[in-house]
Amino acid sequence: MATATAASVPVTRPVNWIGVLKDAVIIGLVTLALALPMVGFETTSSTTERGWPLLNTRFADVAAAVIAVFLGRLALNLVREGVRAPVAFMAWAVFALLLANLITETVPVWNEAVETLLVIGAFVVGFVATWRWLSPEGTTSSEVMDDVAAGLQRWNRVIAPIGLLLALAFPWLTGLYALATGGEFAISRNAVDLGVLLLTYVMLGWGLNIIVGLAGLLDLGYVAFYAVGAYSYALLALNFGWGFWACLPLAGVLAALAGIVLGFPVLRLHGDYFAIVTLGFGEIIRVVLTNWSSFTGGPNGLSGIPRPTFFGFPFERNPAEGETAFHQLFGLEFEGVHRVVFLYYLILLLALITNLFTMRIRRLPLGRAWEALREDEIACRSLGINPRNTKLTAFAVAAMFGGFAGSFFATRQGFVSPESFTFIESALILAIVVLGGMGSQLGIVLAAVLVILLPEWFRELDQYRMLAFGVGMVLIMVWRPRGLLAHRAPTLRLNSAGGGR
Amino acid sequence: MSGDLPAERGPTDPAAATWDRVPPLLTVEHLTMRFGGLTAVDDVSFIAGQREITAIIGPNGAGKTTVFNCLTGFYRPTAGRLSLERGDGTHYLLERMEGFRIAREARVARTFQNIRLFPQMSVLENLIVAQHNKLMLASGYTVLGLFGIGGYREAERAAVEKAKFWLDRVGLTARADWDAGNLPYGDQRRLEIARAMCTEPALLCLDEPAAGLNPRESLELNQLLLSIRDDDGVGVLLIEHDMSVVMGISDHVIVLDYGRKIADGTPVEVRNDPTVIRAYLGEEESDELPPEVAADLGIAPDAGTQ
Amino acid sequence: MENFVQQLINGTTLGAFFGLVAIGYTMVYGIIGMINFAHGDIYMIGSFTALIGMALAGATGLLGDTGGVILALLVVLALSMAFNAVYGWSVERIAYRPLRGSFRLAPLISAIGMSIALQNYVQLVQGARPRTIRPVIEGNIVLMTRSDGFTVVLSYLQIFIVLVTVALMAVFTLIITRTALGRAQRACEQDKTMAALLGVNVDRTISITFVMGAALAAVAGLMAVLYYGAIDFYDGFIIGVKAFTAAVLGGIGSLPGAMLGGLLIGLIEAFWSAYVSTEYKDVAVFSILVGVLIFRPTGLLGKPQIEKV
Repeated sequence: MATATAASVPVTRPVNWIGVLKDAVIIGLVTLALALPMVGFETTSSTTERGWPLLNTRFADVAAAVIAVFLGRLALNLVREGVRAPVAFMAWAVFALLLANLITETVPVWNEAVETLLVIGAFVVGFVATWRWLSPEGTTSSEVMDDVAAGLQRWNRVIAPIGLLLALAFPWLTGLYALATGGEFAISRNAVDLGVLLLTYVMLGWGLNIIVGLAGLLDLGYVAFYAVGAYSYALLALNFGWGFWACLPLAGVLAALAGIVLGFPVLRLHGDYFAIVTLGFGEIIRVVLTNWSSFTGGPNGLSGIPRPTFFGFPFERNPAEGETAFHQLFGLEFEGVHRVVFLYYLILLLALITNLFTMRIRRLPLGRAWEALREDEIACRSLGINPRNTKLTAFAVAAMFGGFAGSFFATRQGFVSPESFTFIESALILAIVVLGGMGSQLGIVLAAVLVILLPEWFRELDQYRMLAFGVGMVLIMVWRPRGLLAHRAPTLRLNSAGGGR
Repeated sequence: MSGDLPAERGPTDPAAATWDRVPPLLTVEHLTMRFGGLTAVDDVSFIAGQREITAIIGPNGAGKTTVFNCLTGFYRPTAGRLSLERGDGTHYLLERMEGFRIAREARVARTFQNIRLFPQMSVLENLIVAQHNKLMLASGYTVLGLFGIGGYREAERAAVEKAKFWLDRVGLTARADWDAGNLPYGDQRRLEIARAMCTEPALLCLDEPAAGLNPRESLELNQLLLSIRDDDGVGVLLIEHDMSVVMGISDHVIVLDYGRKIADGTPVEVRNDPTVIRAYLGEEESDELPPEVAADLGIAPDAGTQ
Repeated sequence: MENFVQQLINGTTLGAFFGLVAIGYTMVYGIIGMINFAHGDIYMIGSFTALIGMALAGATGLLGDTGGVILALLVVLALSMAFNAVYGWSVERIAYRPLRGSFRLAPLISAIGMSIALQNYVQLVQGARPRTIRPVIEGNIVLMTRSDGFTVVLSYLQIFIVLVTVALMAVFTLIITRTALGRAQRACEQDKTMAALLGVNVDRTISITFVMGAALAAVAGLMAVLYYGAIDFYDGFIIGVKAFTAAVLGGIGSLPGAMLGGLLIGLIEAFWSAYVSTEYKDVAVFSILVGVLIFRPTGLLGKPQIEKV
C-alpha cells in the first residue's frame, strides 16, 4: 500500500521498515526516560508522617507521552521515506477523533492538557505529511516561507497604509461595533486598553529590533532600559512635579545614557558573552531597584505617578482649582474612556516614530554600517568603520526607544515596581522579534498580535504561554534561523527590475 | 630609532640600503610577531614601492597573512616599524594605529583569504558601506540625514556613481542587486577587490586574490590589478600562491619562509635564487629543478636568459 | 575569626556545588564554542529528579534512621545522573545540533528558548511553589567555640558534599585526560573538520559532552536538595548564571579552571553575604562576571585566544 502512493517520489525505493521502527522505538524510550521521573511523579507540599514529601503518580500521562512521541516519530519517519498520503489521512483521522473527544469529553482518558497536546501533535504530523505530499518535490518549507515573507514585503506599500488607517480608526471602530451589535455607540474601554498593551509591545519589539535585527547584537537585558525609562519618568514627575511632555524626552535621554554607560565596556565582547552580560545588567538593575528603597521605593515600587494630560488639560471629572479638564475644554460629558483613547493615540504615535526612525536609518550610512557589522565585523574594520562607536549608537538608540516606552508605561499604570521588569519581559520582547523575523517591521507587528493577544483571548492557556514561546523559539530557529518572516530587501537598487538572487 | 620619520632612514635600515627603485610607499622595518612561544614573523624588513605591485610569496605557514594582519592593525606587532608614505607627502606609523584608523586615515585597504563580504546585503550596498566615512560626514553624522537636511542625497548619488564605476571595472553591473552571498565564487573575489577600492586606498593589500579562480578568471584578475596600478596609481601588496599571477604581474617579489625573509628582488632575480628554490623543494642538494616543479614556479626553460 | 572560619567552610561547600555546574558550561563551550543557556535548567531538573528519588527512597524506608543512608543516596544519585543525562542529550539533539553552522545568533536564541521551555515545563508538571524535604544527613562536628557561644561547625553533610564532589571531579578529569573519549573531545575542540577526517565521530563526541555535563549537574542538584532542603523551578536561572561566572572566572574551556572558579565564587558569595550584604550578593557575582569578561576574558587559567582573521 505504501509504494502505490509514493508515486510522486522520483525514485521509488522500498520503505526501510526496520530502520524506521528502530528509530521510533529509541525515541520512544528516550521519551520514557524524560517523562518517567518528571511527569510520572508529582511532588506535593504535603508530607508523610516521617517527613518525606508525598508523591502523586501520573503514569497514564507518561504512557500517553511515550505512545504519542513513538507514533509521531514513526509517522514523520514514514513521511521521510516517501509514505505520505496514508500518513496524512491517518494523522487527520486521529486529529479529528481526539479533537471530537476533547470537545465532547466522551472518553475522559487523560486530563485536558495532555489531550490538547495530543491534538496539537496530531495536527503537526498531519500538516507535515500533507505538505510533503502535495508540495512539489525539491522545495523546502523554508523556501516557501521566504516567498511569503518577500511577498509581504512587496505588498507592504498596500498593507502598511491600510494597517495605519485601521490603527487610527480602531477606537471608533469598537464604538461602531457596539452600535452594530444593537447597543449605543460607545468606545470599548477594554478593547482600546488591549490595543494600548499591544502597541506597547510593538514599540518595544521595534526598539529591540534595532539592536538585534539590524546590529546583530543579542541584547537579553532590554527590559533594563524599559525600567530606566519608567523609573526616570516616575522619579522626575514625583520629585520635581514635571509634566509628561517634559519627562518623556528626558526619560529617553537617561535611558540612552544608561545604554552608553553599560554598553561602553561590554560592546567589544561578542556573541554569547555579550548576551550574558546584558542579561546580567538587566538583573543588576532590577536588584538595585528592589533594594535601594529610599530612592526607588523598593519592592513596593512608586505609586501616584501623575497621569498624562491633554497638553496641560487633565482627564479628571473634577479638576483642581484653576484648571480646565479635557471634557470641559471640548464641552463633553466626562467619560473615563477619554484618557484611554488619548493613551492609545499616544503610544501609536510613539510606536510610529520608532518605526519611521528604523525605516529612515536603514537608508543612512549609520544604519547600513549596523547591518554590515551584523554581517561581518572584521570586514567593517578593514573598511575604516569604527566598530565600537557604531555599536554604541545602536545600543543607545535602542535604549532610548526602550526608555520612551518605559515612561509611557509609567504614566499609563500610574505605578511602577521592579516586578514589571523581570527577565521574562526581556524574553517576551525577544520572542516577538524572533517570531516576526529579525529586521522585519511588519513581521514584528504580526508576532506581537500573536504573542500578546492570543493569551489574552484564551485565558485558560495562559499557563502554557511561556512554555509555548520557549518551544516556539527553538522550533523557529531550527526551521528559519533568521526568524519566521525574515526577509531583507536591499535599501538601494541599481537595476530597478533586479531580483534578490 | 622609533622616533625617526621614514624619510630620514639611517644606515641601519636593511631594506633601504639597497632600495633604488621608485619612491617607497610602505616601509617595513624589523617586523616581528610572536604568539606565546611561536614566532610567526621574525625580523622582516622590506619596502613596497609607489605604483608598484609587490608580491609576498612563501610556503604555507611562512607568516604572509600575519604580515598582512600586522599591517592592517588586526595584530599589534611585537616589534618593528611599519611606515606608510603617501605620494602627497603624508606619512603614518601603522603599528601605532587601531585597525579601523589604518583603513580610514592611512588608507590601507585589504581583502581576506576566506572572503569576507556582507553576504545578506546587496552587491551595491557592499560598495556603499565601503564609502561609510565620507557618507557619514555628508549625513551630518546621521542627525541631519534623519531629517533630510544637508547634502546627503547628493553624496549618496556620488557614492552610487563610484560604486557603478567599480562594478563596471570588475564586470558585476548586471548583478548589482544580488545578495553578495549568492554570487559565484569568482565574482565574490572581484567584489571584495572593488569594495576595497571604493575606500580610495593608497595601498591595496590582497590576500590570495587568485585562489579558487579558473584560468580565465585568473587572467582577468591580472588585467584588473595591472589597471589598478597603472590607471588608479595605487600600490598593490599581494599574497599569492599562483605563480603565474606572481611572475606575470608583480614588479617586486618578497619571499618568506618560516617567518623570515629569504629573498627580495625582481621576479627574475627571485625565481633564480637558490635559497628560494630550496625553500620550495626542501633541503635538497641538487639545484636542478624537476620540470613539473619548474613549471609550478613559472620558470620557463629559457627563464635564465630573460 | 570564628565567623571567618565558618564562612570558609560554607564557601567551600558552595564552591563544590558551583564547580559541578560550571564544568557543564566549560565543557560545552570548549567543544562547540557556545554558552549552553539551558544548562542551569538542566541542573534544576536534576534537583527535581533527586528530590523525587529521595522521596521514593524515604517512603519505602530506604532512607530511614538506620545505616544505609549513604548507600541509598548514592543509588538515588546514580539514577538522577542517568535520567538527567537523557535530558542533556535531548537538549543537544533538539535545540543545538540542527543549528551547527547556522546564522550566528541562532543557536543562542535556541538555547534561550530551550531554557524558557524547560523552566515552564517543570513549573507545569511539578508546580510553582518551592518543594521541600526534611534533612537526610544530620549531625556535625563543633570545631571552635567563641566566648559568646558562637560555634564553628562542620556538618557531616558538608563533608559528604565535598567528598563526593572531589571524587567525581577526579573521575571526570581522568576520563578527559586519559581516555580515547577525552582525546576525541580535545580533538573536536581544536578542529572539528580535521577530527572528523581522522575518524572521530564528532556528533557523538558532542553528545557525550552534553551527557557528562548534565550528569554532573544532577550531582549538584542532589546536593542542593540535601543542603538547602528546598528547590523550585526558577533555581536554574540564578545558579546557572553564577556557575557560568565561575566558568568564565576560571577560564572558559578549562576544566581545572571551572573547579577553581566555582570555589572562588562560592567563597566570594559566602563572605559577601556574611560581611557586606545579602541583598546585593547576586549583583556582586554579576559584577565579577562583567569585570572578568572585560579585563581578563581568558579567565585565570584559560589560554589566550588569537583572533582568526
